Amino acid sequence: MAALTPISRTPVSFYVPVVAAAGAVAGLFVGTAQGASLLGVVLGAVLLAAAAFVMTQIIKVESPSRWGLVVILAIVGFFLGGIPAMIIGGAFGWFFGWFSFWLYEGRYRARVAPYLTPGQVLWHFTFRVICGAILVFLITPILVVMPLSFNAEDFFTFTPEMLRFDPEGYSLKHYRDFLTNSDWQNALKNSVQIAPMATLLSVSFGTLAAIGLSQPHVPFRRAIMAILISPMIVPLIISAAGMYFFYSRIGLQGTYIGVVLAHAALGIPFVIITVTATLVGFDNSLTRAAANMGAGPVTTFFRVQMPLILPGVISGGLFAFITSFDEVVVVLFVGSAGQKTLPWQMFTGLREQISPTILAVATILVVVSIALLTVVEVLRRRSERLRGMSPA
Amino acid sequence: MTDNTANTASDGPMLAADGTTLKSSLNRALRRQKLRALMLIAPLLIFVLLTFIAPIADMLFRSVENQIVSETLPRTTAALADWDATGDTAPPEPVFKDLYEDMFIAKERKLHTRLGSRLNYELTGVSSLFRKSGRKVEDMGEVYQDQFEDLNKFWKKGENWNVLMGTSSWLAAQNAWDKASKTAQPTLEIKPEIAALLPQTAQMFTLFAEFVQVDENDNLAKEDPWAIVYSALYDDLTAGANVAGYSGEGAAELQEAAAAVSSFETVDFTAAFTKIDKDWASVDVWRTLQVYSPEFTAGYFLNAVDMQKTIDGPEMRPENEQLYLKLFVRTLFMSLVITGSCILLGYPVGFILANLPARTANLLMILVLLPFWTSLLVRTSAWKVMLQQQGVVNDTLVWLGVVADDSRLALINNQTGTIIAMTHILLPFMILPLYSVMKTIPPSYLRAAKSLGATNWTAFWRVYFPQSVPGIGAGSILVFILSIGYYITPEIVGGTTGTFISNRIAYHISSSLNWGLAAALGAILLAVVLGLYWAYDRIVGIDNVKLGG
Repeated sequence: MAALTPISRTPVSFYVPVVAAAGAVAGLFVGTAQGASLLGVVLGAVLLAAAAFVMTQIIKVESPSRWGLVVILAIVGFFLGGIPAMIIGGAFGWFFGWFSFWLYEGRYRARVAPYLTPGQVLWHFTFRVICGAILVFLITPILVVMPLSFNAEDFFTFTPEMLRFDPEGYSLKHYRDFLTNSDWQNALKNSVQIAPMATLLSVSFGTLAAIGLSQPHVPFRRAIMAILISPMIVPLIISAAGMYFFYSRIGLQGTYIGVVLAHAALGIPFVIITVTATLVGFDNSLTRAAANMGAGPVTTFFRVQMPLILPGVISGGLFAFITSFDEVVVVLFVGSAGQKTLPWQMFTGLREQISPTILAVATILVVVSIALLTVVEVLRRRSERLRGMSPA
Repeated sequence: MTDNTANTASDGPMLAADGTTLKSSLNRALRRQKLRALMLIAPLLIFVLLTFIAPIADMLFRSVENQIVSETLPRTTAALADWDATGDTAPPEPVFKDLYEDMFIAKERKLHTRLGSRLNYELTGVSSLFRKSGRKVEDMGEVYQDQFEDLNKFWKKGENWNVLMGTSSWLAAQNAWDKASKTAQPTLEIKPEIAALLPQTAQMFTLFAEFVQVDENDNLAKEDPWAIVYSALYDDLTAGANVAGYSGEGAAELQEAAAAVSSFETVDFTAAFTKIDKDWASVDVWRTLQVYSPEFTAGYFLNAVDMQKTIDGPEMRPENEQLYLKLFVRTLFMSLVITGSCILLGYPVGFILANLPARTANLLMILVLLPFWTSLLVRTSAWKVMLQQQGVVNDTLVWLGVVADDSRLALINNQTGTIIAMTHILLPFMILPLYSVMKTIPPSYLRAAKSLGATNWTAFWRVYFPQSVPGIGAGSILVFILSIGYYITPEIVGGTTGTFISNRIAYHISSSLNWGLAAALGAILLAVVLGLYWAYDRIVGIDNVKLGG
């Protein structure tokens, strides 16, 4: 975005105290960690205010002064607490170098509307920091799991070796365990056998029904929709209980088919929702044109309609796949030991605290979901493009 | 139908190409279209009805079903219907005799322990009472068996009984049957004259024969009858069966027995049961039996709301036995807290995503969608790892000196753990609807409000916020529905104080095996969720559910 407001340098009396305040907060953390909070606050404020002044008024060039601060604080950090503290010190240096010049040159003002009062500008940035913190809250658990899965010890926490970035502290042993342990391998095999089958069922039935539901005149549309969506709304534990009771009556409890049917039922709402959403933008004159040119209903479906709604079908299928692949409550009840899936194995592991192999599996699953997320996103864009191409 | 000859457009209705009126032709086309749509939907609808709706219906059925009592103890429950439960005396002797018969048969079929554990949910101690009684009930009738056998060796042999009771054609077939042939045994046919003469004996012997032939698959010809058959014979004979008129096989022995029964030692079933356990003399057991005799009961539902069924109607359980209401309240309360924190955290993020330039917003959206797409188990395990006593959060806090090493925060296995983890897990479900609503609010409204003199707060509260309420509503209902039925996360990070009603349902299904209560708890939860779902449908419309932006 282009600059909204012309910027000008700010007076020393503005930015040095602000940097000092930020330095005090940083000093508070460092000081508390060293056991001297008050000293930390004072030292942090004074040192960083001085650094800001020196950088802006004496050195005056941004890049070298910022790197200088990085090096100085990294060295201080190293002497205070070894390699982890050195990295934190370096990060602090980077931040304060940037922060000082950002305030000094008035760059903070460039991207906000010119009529804002200083209070509004302050709120604008505070608000962004709050949002940043919430986004960090959203992403941290996933980020913490990844490094921990390379732990050389059987702990669920960072060992001192890991914090020192000692190669000794890291290993692939949990991944090795996942790949060699027969429990995990069986679970993986079951998951891989169940999820695609369930996906296939829900996608094939779901696509047909979604096409039916998108016709202009469908009797009882609301009621049918409510029934078809219900597996997504009814709490899983209730679905699981009902399926457990009913499937054990008809002898499907504890069988592969039972689990596949249950998972297919759970995946159907996702297919219905995504495919009907795609069909909303579908131009029905295309099918009429195809029929006009002599194509039968089957040809029309496979050669005209299907290629256009394929992105929706695939993303619905991915949702159904993820639902089945991640599902644990229903399989816990409907399945037996022979259908133990990956999430089930993780669940048992978490309850009994067996090993950090769970974290290795979790990391693999995160990577898989990133891949799936990318596919869905690409498909969504493609679908939008296709829709844009078709006459409105 | 229209007259086909009237084909001029000026008079008569407008006609389609095939000669029918345009109206009926259009109607037919519409009907065909409807039918085609239904045909496309039908396979899935049937699939969902069979694999999903039927199980739910089955669960609802189980929450009121109570046939086990009247099926296992048919005679007793029938006899108990007339008993006055408000008095303080146990039922009369005939009821005890019915109980003996029911119990004997149930014991042979090994059903009495099941019934015992069923009734134990209502009155503690019934399970062991039934098990104990089941063990001893066999000896009870042997008094008659011994006396018949002492009287004449004839009564000792199963073969003799078969000759006495069964028709000759059946007997021939039974004797010809070979176990190795793996075919079904010929079903017992009672002689009509015996059935008329000794009705109770015939009935008991039929039950016995069916049990031996079907349940056990033993050769009936080689099995000796149950003691209960002898007591039935005693009853028939003392009731004044006219054995003199009978002339078939075993007539002599029958007449001899008929003459002797009057001097037989009798069994006092009331005393016998009371000797097994004095609980049989107390009215509590009998009241429970009577209250739970009907085939359908509201008992499970009453249990699910901490009430119990008594002869005076439903009443609250004593304070120290109350559990479920508290659990329901806790579930609702924690779901509200989770929904509240999701609004609190989701609102700013939704706002900033909706107001940032598209490129940046899309990048930040990934941070929201990634957790949304990550396996639930992964996120739950991450929180378990982070919140432990020796976990990452506590380690960081100790390192910063915020908490002392010896007073680490208890963040897991309590309500805090459940709330933190579930807020994180459900937050995307709040952000996505908020984002899609906020995206439609033009930013110029806020600027207009400010230029008209509104303060920041007024502009937000009076102009922006009211327009974002639909997003809050949609997100809140979604998060609330999802959270009150959550099972996995509370189970792993909730400990004992942070669990939900769903954990109790799972416990009753897999551990305590009280399926009826599990079904009743589930039915109540389902009703709450469906109510909210209905509200969601009214407010947002189920067609408008969006997935992943």
